[in-house]
Amino acid sequence: MPKPKNNSQPKNGPTSTLPKAPTGITGLDEITEGGLPKGRPTLICGSAGCGKTLMAMEFLVRGAADFNEPGVFFAFEEMPEELSQNVMSLGFDLKSLERKKKLHLEYVHIEPSEMQETGEYDLEGLFIRLGYAIDTIGAKRVVLDTIETLFGGLSNQALLRAELRRLFRWLKDRGVTAVITGERGEGTLTRQGLEEYVSDCVILLDHRVIDQVSTRRLRIIKYRGTTHGTNEYPFLIDERGIDVLPVTSLRLDHESSDERVSTGVPELDSMLDGGVYRGSSVLISGTAGTGKSSLAAHFARESAEAGERCLYLAFEESPSQIRRNMRSIGIDLGPWERKGLIRFVAARPVLTGLEGHLAAIHKQVRDFDPKLVIIDPISDLSAVGSERDAKAMMVRLIDFLKTKQITTVLINLHSGANNFERTDIGISSLIDTWIYLRDIESGGERNRGLYVLKSRGTAHSNQIREFLLTNKGIELVPAYIGPEGVLTGSARLTQESRDRASAVAQEQELQRQRRAIEGRRKSLEAQIEALRSELEIAAAEEKLVLRQDEDRQTRIADDRDAMARSRRADLSSSNGKSRRKQK
Amino acid sequence: MSSKTDRSSSRGASTASSNRRVELRLYIAGQTPKSVAALKNLKRICEEYMADTYELKVIDLLQHPQLARGDQIVAVPTVVKNLPVPIRKLIGDLSDTERVLVGLDLHRAE
Repeated sequence: MPKPKNNSQPKNGPTSTLPKAPTGITGLDEITEGGLPKGRPTLICGSAGCGKTLMAMEFLVRGAADFNEPGVFFAFEEMPEELSQNVMSLGFDLKSLERKKKLHLEYVHIEPSEMQETGEYDLEGLFIRLGYAIDTIGAKRVVLDTIETLFGGLSNQALLRAELRRLFRWLKDRGVTAVITGERGEGTLTRQGLEEYVSDCVILLDHRVIDQVSTRRLRIIKYRGTTHGTNEYPFLIDERGIDVLPVTSLRLDHESSDERVSTGVPELDSMLDGGVYRGSSVLISGTAGTGKSSLAAHFARESAEAGERCLYLAFEESPSQIRRNMRSIGIDLGPWERKGLIRFVAARPVLTGLEGHLAAIHKQVRDFDPKLVIIDPISDLSAVGSERDAKAMMVRLIDFLKTKQITTVLINLHSGANNFERTDIGISSLIDTWIYLRDIESGGERNRGLYVLKSRGTAHSNQIREFLLTNKGIELVPAYIGPEGVLTGSARLTQESRDRASAVAQEQELQRQRRAIEGRRKSLEAQIEALRSELEIAAAEEKLVLRQDEDRQTRIADDRDAMARSRRADLSSSNGKSRRKQK
Repeated sequence: MSSKTDRSSSRGASTASSNRRVELRLYIAGQTPKSVAALKNLKRICEEYMADTYELKVIDLLQHPQLARGDQIVAVPTVVKNLPVPIRKLIGDLSDTERVLVGLDLHRAE
């Protein structure tokens, strides 16, 4: 019965036969597969300052507030006022819970200087107080923090041990789910060996400082009658309590989406055959100043424009610096931030340990529920822990984000020029799409080049493309690949103008040829025209000749008629026509 | 508040602190052998050393569990001496008279 916000449910089945009391502590219910053993005592042990009291308190507060299980807190070390103040910063309002009769805080104080042991005694007084407190509010949960303090105030150790044994049995009989805290001893889990008495569930908290960075970890040492996570789990204490990070889902069974997400650079999308897959991991790597963050900003803007939330984790620059820098290339993330579609979270890598960062990222992701997470850069994280730790963290992080179908953009800064096709923390095998940005040095210039080193499941371009950072963002320009390699910058411009010049020359030649052909055509047409007019003249002449001939014939006939008339010859014998005329 | 109050008569004046009132509360949890022994031992010591100046309340926590918190009772039986200051707590059945006297600041150097 984990709280609803945990998405990985503990498996039902044989493990659920043991009734459990959910702690409500983020992550802890997943590790314990449901919570602490209900109606039994649990020991939380650890060294000073590791968060025992807080974990116990959160167990009570969550129980009272979320699970309707009132709780009793017996503080042996701190005054209730101090305790209230201490946990107020974590958002626990103990006073209000006390007023609602959901919580009972009681300070149990033993002052050795006032004490005098004068004979046989027992701890019935404590039992009575506890019983009275439980009955007053109908408590289902009890915390004793830290009961070992009794050993400092009372000298009869044998009696104390017997009484503690009786106390734990008594708690079980009362059916309350109890948490007993204990300080870690030399070579033992607790100074007084409480683990001997509380054998149902033992949780060890640890607060280690490695390379001046502290990390809190939690481990379940034993949990009788149930399966549980056995690893060390990092946890955080932040403004909302304890946040345990379960590393349960390293099973490689996450869904993979066919949906493509745009990179925000159209040319890059086409290089990637339409963008990157949703929920995939994208690595943008390159040496300093190659435009990695700028490219990431394109992802962020594109995501926001599509109405999807983007979480930008900045480990190197402050959010305002990123905003300013991105404005200089025409990407204003501010409005999106105000609309709640982009959230910047900035932290120095050395602020906490790797686990701390991991837990913080988990928390942010749960709070903000983004579709895109940008980590800028991951290389700084390796400064916090060893390379192996950093890799382990990245595996967990990428895995976590993948199970949530969150596209991840990781930025990696290369420190050296050698061996550039590997990341500093060796995570290349985890990456689905790797976009490599590099300087291309030639002709006394550095220019920016981009290529897709790999992209799983995508027919991606194999071209090295030069890109420019303009005031409208990243612009990919067509690459010139000549015998000397990729031409960029001025060399590309020279090549372009050379190309333009030859194009102009070609055009001119073409026009010259076109003009020549035109001329020939025109002269031919003129010739045709001349011939045609000649032909017309000839035809006219022919007509004239014919008419003259006809006129001549007519005149001859007329002349003959006239002659005949004058001769008064027989007209009929000479010409029928003339004879008919006469009739 | 108290279940039982014993006020001694003012006959014995043999104690050193005759003019100082001593307030004592004995917390017990039922009539266990330890409780009975404690009450008996306490009364004996009081009568002997501060017969006219002590005021004793016996509080049975089984009947008044809410009273355990105020005097920070953990072990029973416990005798709390509130007055005169400093506050002292004697735990146990008070069978060790020497320690009781030291605890109540009544021990005279001999």
